[in-house]
Amino acid sequence: MDCNTGLLGPTFVQGLLLGFIYALIALGYTMVYGVLKLINFAHDAVFMIGGVAAFYVIGQWFGLTDPFTGVGLILVLVAVLVIGGLASSGGAVLLERAAYRPLRKRHAARLSYLISAIGASFFATYLFQQSFLLGPGKRSFPHVMTTEKAFEIFGSRVNNKGVLIIVTVIVCLVLLDRLINQTKTGRSIRALSEDVVAAQLMGVNVTRVIVMTFAIGGFFGGIASALYSLQFGNVVWNMGFIPGVKAFTAAVLGGIGNIRGAMLGGLLLGLIENMSVVCLGNQWSDVVAFVVLPLMLILRPTGILGERIGG
Amino acid sequence: MAAVLKNPGIKRFSDNVAKFWFAMGPFRYLVAAGLMILVPVIMERGYLPEWTLLGYLDGLYGTNILFTTGVWILLALGLNVVVGMAGLLDLGYVAFLMLGAYTTALFTESGSAEQFHFAILNPWLALPIALVVAMLAGVLLGVPTLRLRGDYLAIVTLGFHEIVRQTMNNLEVTNGSRGIFGIPHPSVPVTGELGLDGTPYWQWLLVPAIILAVIMIKHLENSRVGRYWTALREDEVAAAAMGVPVTKMKVLAFVIGASTSGVAGWIYAVKLNYISPNNFPLLQSILVLCAVVIGGLGSIAGAVLGAALVIMLPEIVREASGGAEVFGFDIETGRIAVFGVLLIIVMIFRPGGLLAAKRRRVELMEAGAADMVISEAGPDPDETAAPVGQEPVVTEGDDVRAPSEGGEER
Repeated sequence: MDCNTGLLGPTFVQGLLLGFIYALIALGYTMVYGVLKLINFAHDAVFMIGGVAAFYVIGQWFGLTDPFTGVGLILVLVAVLVIGGLASSGGAVLLERAAYRPLRKRHAARLSYLISAIGASFFATYLFQQSFLLGPGKRSFPHVMTTEKAFEIFGSRVNNKGVLIIVTVIVCLVLLDRLINQTKTGRSIRALSEDVVAAQLMGVNVTRVIVMTFAIGGFFGGIASALYSLQFGNVVWNMGFIPGVKAFTAAVLGGIGNIRGAMLGGLLLGLIENMSVVCLGNQWSDVVAFVVLPLMLILRPTGILGERIGG
Repeated sequence: MAAVLKNPGIKRFSDNVAKFWFAMGPFRYLVAAGLMILVPVIMERGYLPEWTLLGYLDGLYGTNILFTTGVWILLALGLNVVVGMAGLLDLGYVAFLMLGAYTTALFTESGSAEQFHFAILNPWLALPIALVVAMLAGVLLGVPTLRLRGDYLAIVTLGFHEIVRQTMNNLEVTNGSRGIFGIPHPSVPVTGELGLDGTPYWQWLLVPAIILAVIMIKHLENSRVGRYWTALREDEVAAAAMGVPVTKMKVLAFVIGASTSGVAGWIYAVKLNYISPNNFPLLQSILVLCAVVIGGLGSIAGAVLGAALVIMLPEIVREASGGAEVFGFDIETGRIAVFGVLLIIVMIFRPGGLLAAKRRRVELMEAGAADMVISEAGPDPDETAAPVGQEPVVTEGDDVRAPSEGGEER
């Protein structure tokens, strides 16, 4: 095997950045799984809504397409992230209302939730494909930030967008960790994921907590979406599909239902996928990602950190 | 919607149709074969009026839709064994279709002069090879994933689809993303209008395959193997304790499931003459699962109906809308969105699928009690009035058994 060791640095950086984004999306999958024990197959649509909303509000309504500097840049970036997060959060709550709650009322079988979530995902993504919303083509994301070299590590450049991703994701993860472990909402989420009946008996409002879980997971998905759109410079109606599948894989890799597992899984998957390029070339990276998963699951059938929420 | 489905008149009518159908005994397979050959011919000529909805699918366009539907019926039948009967959630099922199709291409005289072949055989001889390759792939997927439970299996199988697709996309021998063209037609004894030159040609391949698959699965379902699968699906630990050979049965489910899609892959390749990795996106694997679940898990008739709906409904919506727009929403390009809404509606009002299997109906009723923990507190008005899936269950022959306690997996 001929390895191009010169690529080690750049692929490491790229893998790290993508891994951070995967981790943020994986949180949505893992939190819903922790509470409902269901894979949220519509999370890719929830993810897409965030980026598209930021594109609309910043690019179309306010027409902010020129690069900013200084305080203006910080303000507009915060706006992009918050708009993305809130929009996805709203989308996730709607999703819970339309595709999950009616089934919960009817005590549906587990696969029914899967299909209704897939239906919701089809609806949302193909709705945005319509020309009166986003249209079938790629739309370029408002260019609010110029790409500049920030610093160098292992002989490879990290630009300012990379710094933004790393800082935002770390802030999000710390916030979420505190939310889950130190607030009342977090306690109810943990209680619900541990034992639904006991939680109910202790006065936890199950429906409210489930809605909160969707909202929080959606919020982080939306932030990830805004970061992803900023990094790659465009939004498109089916942008959620590939990151969605990867993040789902990451969540399982780390141990689904486990928040720290999602972070670890996201980072690992991003690094493995991108660093495989060094030895195998570009086209095999997806295959490597999907081969690593079953190998890991054979060794640890419930993921690296196991299935527990919180940690 | 719910009212229509619970209408006693409609229910009585459908019950009578079912009674008449099963009264025919083995002859019903012949009748089905006859219908599957005749109806497409009538549809192709455009003799069906549009109110039948099928009337929208006429000409070559309709024939192609029907061909896809036939291939998908085979797929849904196979996946129904894996998911509906054995309870193994497979999200990468189209990988087997891909393997069957590529095997066919690599064992027949196809592609350019430089195209790699394992051997150049008559297309008919490629059929058993495609079948065996798909079944071996079933073993390959089944063995390492034996220890994995429901959702873990789902993501690994989803990955399996991507692994196969990307491999076909990257390898030299499969001609990469350009795909392989010129896969030869197999010769059939029927010639003229109804044979090689006519459009219904594909039926001579698809109809026998579908009928054979139905008979095979029906027999397996009513055999010891089928009961092993049911036991496995309901409670793996209890099944193992009762002496069910868990390992063997899981792998067998994958292998039997893969067999129909191996044949489907062969038919797909020899009919279309051209295959490329882009013909098999991940979305297809998800759609097959949708077909099986909408139709009714574990129900053979349901699998057929589900596959037909998943393929034909969006096309009928496209044709029937005639480019109409509702509030700027273009129905033709947005037909998948419409389909998504229909998926949700079906799951809300018929959580067991449109034609839920009899055994399943009993189980779903019980699953409600077992899964109550996750449901909303307080009585549900709809539930007390006319509970979904609580029709009196008629048991026939060896179907008599106590309702299970476990409900769905976990």
